[in-house]
Amino acid sequence: MDKAKLKETMLGGLLRNNPTFVLVLGTCPTIATTTSLFNSFAMGVATMFVLIFSNLFISLLRRVIPDRVRIPCYIVIISTFVIIVQRVMNRFIPDLYSAIGTFIDLIVVNCIILARAESYASCNKPLYSMLDGVSMGLGFTCALCMIGIVREFLAAGSFAGMAIPGFPAMDAAASNMFGFIVFGCMMALFNFLVQKWNARAKRAEKTLPLAREESPAEVTKC
Amino acid sequence: MLVDIGAAGAAVSIVAVMFSAVISNNIVLSQYQGICPFLGVSKKMSSAVGMGFAVIFVMAISSVFCWLVYNYVLLPLELDYLYTMAFILVIASLVQMLEIVLKRFSPTLYSALGIYLPLITTNCAILGAANSAIVYQSYDFLYTFGFSVATGVGFLLAIVLLAGVRLKTDKADIPKCFKGFPITLITAAIMAMAFAGFAGILAG
Repeated sequence: MDKAKLKETMLGGLLRNNPTFVLVLGTCPTIATTTSLFNSFAMGVATMFVLIFSNLFISLLRRVIPDRVRIPCYIVIISTFVIIVQRVMNRFIPDLYSAIGTFIDLIVVNCIILARAESYASCNKPLYSMLDGVSMGLGFTCALCMIGIVREFLAAGSFAGMAIPGFPAMDAAASNMFGFIVFGCMMALFNFLVQKWNARAKRAEKTLPLAREESPAEVTKC
Repeated sequence: MLVDIGAAGAAVSIVAVMFSAVISNNIVLSQYQGICPFLGVSKKMSSAVGMGFAVIFVMAISSVFCWLVYNYVLLPLELDYLYTMAFILVIASLVQMLEIVLKRFSPTLYSALGIYLPLITTNCAILGAANSAIVYQSYDFLYTFGFSVATGVGFLLAIVLLAGVRLKTDKADIPKCFKGFPITLITAAIMAMAFAGFAGILAG
């Protein structure tokens, strides 16, 4: 077991390769499902579940899947786990499913999952790939929860469903508008903190990456 | 999500469905789907237009095939819970096929749309539009086709408008930490507010 690689994989998703603030992938659920802390957390955990298991199976099958038809194969593996999440959530937490179900269905095309399949799981051992899924999923969940806390406070004046006295609730339709603007301001704040950190960092390897400015034309294959 | 555009298709005219899909229920600005390409490919006007037309093209064709698969294969076999897997496989193989067919028969169209085609498989607007027309709203064939074309036009409208604004914001003197994605997101927020103003039109 290579310790440096293990550490890099475990911590990469949280900060250096954060899927929301640095890689800027999977922006649709980030904007649409972060209306409250609970919804954000559920969306993050659902994505993390799919990410861990799709990474594991793609990594196990990496020598079997032919290169030319890899994308359809990945999609079949990913959608299997999405259907499991969908069925379970629909059966046991129907309220949540009616709130964020549209975006649970769309986890299949979430670019974080395909990007990790393509650039990590298809060329790394199963254990590392699972760990990568855990750390990417945690990074995504933390980012969603941070946005969810801010939006829930602005829209409903509450924290995790508990009303904070003195802050009135806003019209539900108006609160949906906050998605883009809160995400934009949080990313600017992230960039601001990273720029401050980088200006102070003494050694080059201590510096952190900013949010990338452009979409890559295609996901890089490892 | 925000505006109910009528159940089962028959109650609402196809014109109203298409109008709402372009303007008041815009796929990007009020359904929040297809945001990755909306933010990522809107830096230049030419690429925004190319991406927009590629989305209309793929959305129109894939909705036809998805409708056929859902109503003639999945429903009779009672496998309708597999719709996510069936639709994404239809879309992925269709995109791959389109690439081959366009390269062979229409090099001009291929040079215009070709580079955007691989990105479209992971564009959630395509799968989202198929899901909402075929599964959630259970539209008939004509409504599904009209809805999908209109949704694609809505995407084109949103991405072209954003590209127009970004030409200005990229040159503007803004704080360094807002450069790139953050200012684009805030621009999109203001656009979404403007589009939300149309929401009342169909209700009356």
